[in-house]
Amino acid sequence: MDTHAHASGNHAREDHARHPSPKVYVLIGLILTIVTAVEIAVYYIDALNDWSTAIIIPLSMSKFLLVVMFYMHLKFDNRLLTAVFAACGVLAIAVIVSLVILFKVLPYQALG
Amino acid sequence: MSEHAAQIDRHYTTTGIDSRKLGFWVLIGSESLFFGSLIATYMVYRGQSTVGPFPHGPDGLLDIPLTSVSTFVLLMSSLAMVLALHAVQVSNRRGALIWLLATALLGAGFLGFQAYEFTHFWHEGLTLDRNLFGASFFILTGFHGAHVAVGVVWLLILMTEAWRHRLPASRALSVEIAGLYWHFVDVVWIVIFTLIYLIE
Repeated sequence: MDTHAHASGNHAREDHARHPSPKVYVLIGLILTIVTAVEIAVYYIDALNDWSTAIIIPLSMSKFLLVVMFYMHLKFDNRLLTAVFAACGVLAIAVIVSLVILFKVLPYQALG
Repeated sequence: MSEHAAQIDRHYTTTGIDSRKLGFWVLIGSESLFFGSLIATYMVYRGQSTVGPFPHGPDGLLDIPLTSVSTFVLLMSSLAMVLALHAVQVSNRRGALIWLLATALLGAGFLGFQAYEFTHFWHEGLTLDRNLFGASFFILTGFHGAHVAVGVVWLLILMTEAWRHRLPASRALSVEIAGLYWHFVDVVWIVIFTLIYLIE
């Protein structure tokens, strides 16, 4: 093995040591499946119709965070990577909220 | 690591992060803004269509059971992807081949579900220029599907590399970066599935 491959191999081993075990990966997969099943159940249960949005959005956010933290390894990696992703994520959410307010809330308020 | 090896390992920066990985996270950040814009467009046009077909309601087009299955398929592809990465990191070539193939097949399966859904909608009269729902739905989910297709090709290339004994543990970062892309596509779908399908 040449020296470059040796150095890269060292970094691979360091990354591997920081990452979760396959058992944790499978456990996260199981949790994602269960949360998705709960979301779909909430969608179909008529008694929860008024609350479905309030229940489904936090469940989806938890799925999003589980994938980003464990499968994309942000929980274990340098915090600079979390900062890069979070900054862009906040900006994306700000764009969505701003446009919805601008086009769907303010026009109706103007009409009284 | 020897001093010489450290000198030639020039991908590592003063931040301690591999430049390829940092660069890819910046790309994921820009992709977040791209999909954020498409989701914003969908949200603004949501419920504004004056002619059918409509997504929800008694005659609604969206097939929740079918899309639930395709969502499960994509979630499981993410699990297969991290297991592929682990296999490469521990120099398990057979495991890497199996899990990379599983990820690619699950991704292709998701695309099959999407192709079926698009075709069904087309036959029901929903086209890009039929109404605001059609325009914003096809653009958003179409771009997402295109990203999945790129991911499947990427995975097949990695699988070929593993098959030819050219994916040792020292190249685990190549698999990790492909995994970052794949998981990002997955989290985008988590948002799309919630906003388009589950919230009426």
